[in-house]
Amino acid sequence: MKPTRVADVIVIGAGIIGAACARELARCGQQVLVIDAGLHSATAAGMGHLLVLDDNQAELDISRYSLRRWRELGPQLPDDCAYRSNGTLWLAANEQELAAAEAKSINLRGEGIRCEMIPGHSLQEMEPILRDGLHGALRLPDDGILYAPNTARWMLDNPRIRQRRARVTELDGNRVRLDSGEWLSSEAVVLANGIQAVDLCPELPIAPKKGHLLITDRYPHPVTHTITELSYLTSVHNSSGASVACNIQPRPTGQLFIGTSRQFDTLDPEVEGWLLARMLKHAASYAPGLAKLNGIRAWAGFRAATPDGMPLIGEHPAQPGLWLAVGHEGLGVTTAPATADLLAALLFNEAEPIPAAAYAPGRYLGEPTHA
Amino acid sequence: MSEHADVLIIGAGPAGLSAALAAANDGAQVVLLDDNPLPGGQIWRDGAQANIPSQARHLRDSVEAHTHIQRHAATRVVAKAGSQALLVENPERGWVITYRSLILCTGARELLLPFPGWTLPGVTGAGGLQALIKGGMPVVDERIVIAGSGPLLLASADTAKHHGAQVVRIAEQAPLGAVATFAMQLPRWPHKLLQSFSLFDAGYRTGTRIVAALGQDHLEGVRLQRGNKVEELACERLACGFGLIPNVQLGQALGCALGNNAIQVDAWQATDVAGVYAAGECTGFGGSELALVEGRIAGHVAAGNREAAQRLWGERQRWQRFAGSLNQHFALDPTLKHLAAPDTLLCRCEDVPYAAVAAHANWREAKLSTRCGMGACQGKVCGAAAHYLFDWPPVAPRPPFTPTRIETLIQLESAAQSEH
Repeated sequence: MKPTRVADVIVIGAGIIGAACARELARCGQQVLVIDAGLHSATAAGMGHLLVLDDNQAELDISRYSLRRWRELGPQLPDDCAYRSNGTLWLAANEQELAAAEAKSINLRGEGIRCEMIPGHSLQEMEPILRDGLHGALRLPDDGILYAPNTARWMLDNPRIRQRRARVTELDGNRVRLDSGEWLSSEAVVLANGIQAVDLCPELPIAPKKGHLLITDRYPHPVTHTITELSYLTSVHNSSGASVACNIQPRPTGQLFIGTSRQFDTLDPEVEGWLLARMLKHAASYAPGLAKLNGIRAWAGFRAATPDGMPLIGEHPAQPGLWLAVGHEGLGVTTAPATADLLAALLFNEAEPIPAAAYAPGRYLGEPTHA
Repeated sequence: MSEHADVLIIGAGPAGLSAALAAANDGAQVVLLDDNPLPGGQIWRDGAQANIPSQARHLRDSVEAHTHIQRHAATRVVAKAGSQALLVENPERGWVITYRSLILCTGARELLLPFPGWTLPGVTGAGGLQALIKGGMPVVDERIVIAGSGPLLLASADTAKHHGAQVVRIAEQAPLGAVATFAMQLPRWPHKLLQSFSLFDAGYRTGTRIVAALGQDHLEGVRLQRGNKVEELACERLACGFGLIPNVQLGQALGCALGNNAIQVDAWQATDVAGVYAAGECTGFGGSELALVEGRIAGHVAAGNREAAQRLWGERQRWQRFAGSLNQHFALDPTLKHLAAPDTLLCRCEDVPYAAVAAHANWREAKLSTRCGMGACQGKVCGAAAHYLFDWPPVAPRPPFTPTRIETLIQLESAAQSEH
């Protein structure tokens, strides 16, 4: 059956990554068709925390570049995207974590990122919800938040972008088969469907990491920053079992997001009470004032995690015409702009906005089999 | 801290009270929860101006006096806490209740449909108006319009008149023929005849529906339509109810199958989940008499007394026929799906207009993009309206089922450890 050529580029997945890629490709003059199956996405399940991370150079490159792009985009975003530059506060609960915070601040400043150390005795003044006795915190004032589902929708609202609700059942380079049996083609296909990518490309090294979140009722609370514990940095890279970390984010509505959990080896989409409870208990150990607040809703979602924590951005080595933008784990909202710009640069053979090697699919899938 | 019940009953309306008494009389240790401060449910709602029927008072007193029944008021179920345990919360504390059998008597709530002006102060549900008056709200000399569908309109009008209000119109959407046919069958259920149709008054109109509530900052009047005829009436209050919808959320969360938007039960009032029973309005609208007998059957079965339960099957069948007739004759006219204007709010908590929700393919997408149903009421009002307006099936709730203190939710850690 001859495929129908439907666009210059087909993007699979209308989450924040697919939307950012579609928007950038449209900006480059491409006619884009975005196909989405309407499944639960990490974009809808996540917190929408925009933050700079510096565990390694690749993480710093992609998050720093993206944060700069978000700050440029921020003023254009409609109200319902709830974009705010409220800053992140990394909490140090002991001397060891305080030393880590200081080392981090030196590194970030060296990279030109604004940050400051907050002494333990000033923390409650800054965020009264926090407990006594924390050793200090590192503050990154330029981090932010946004409501990712609406931001993705805004990005897709473009005359060069068409959207279609369908499930893709098969991929072959730049050809795409839908559940209707219909084959579509384009110059390039961008796979940006997160955890569902392995259904189409089982060879991708992507595993689901389940996470829980809870949102509170509206309160006239004084939380300003997104509050995160520094030990998050150590728990985040565990590769087995269940772990929790304190993550408290104020919403513009006066509500608070409370997270977060990480679990491997499960595809159960249900909220698990025992882990939700452990997560809340942990958050309340940093912010005792949470105990009396009402939680109104909890949910779970899946992050698409690669073994080294870095996304796969670039052409599939074994499938010319198929481009990957997947595996962003918990950082897809933060890193969407850099992902989109890098993907477009690679696709059009232009200068890379950030060094591409660390995200190259070839690191897991081998070198290209075609000339 | 936890509590154990042989039979745990959720909801202390007619079904829950009668289930509690039946199970306790069979020797079971019963725990009875209700999220209201006083027992009686919606129909026997107590309060400063309430006038509780003597039968209800007697049942309530028997439950209060029974040594085998522990009743917890103002207590809500917030999550499952293991395979036969629920996490509950009252204004002071949260705790876990384990059970051998569970009876869901979660009742029904009013279907509220959006129409222009429905969010104006002065507009309530029909049952809502009744509850407010019983709770002590004065309505003396107020002009009240009651609109929507079903016998609840008449009951609400009766309460309002009894407390000195002037009910200027009762607008029933069902056509005259259907209402008349229903009324003619009433002698089959003499008790019901006394209860509802003696309430008929000169302001009653069939085939009449609400078009808009009028006013700027508060209600000043209503616009009604009957056929092609539009009438405007000045009033201080409008009470609108479009029938009752079963509260199935807890049943859904426990995995119980639904049928006709109600919790499905067999002849023993058993759901398809082992050890879980359901009785009363949550299994389908049928009125308090049906709820009472279903509750007794469920209570006996949960306590292991099937003989006593089976003896009540005949009585249940009689009231099921009444319920069937009621549901048939007060079926909602499809034109009610088009009362809202594009800018009429559908979700009051998050200020989401009808058109914004209608633009989506299903409830989940509408929620994600418009935030409808994501406010404090968690879609209890707009979710039910969207279910009726757009045929979007209701989604099983996730814990917490209701706004819950975080310190209560933390108890799920130890409570659920047996599962892991």
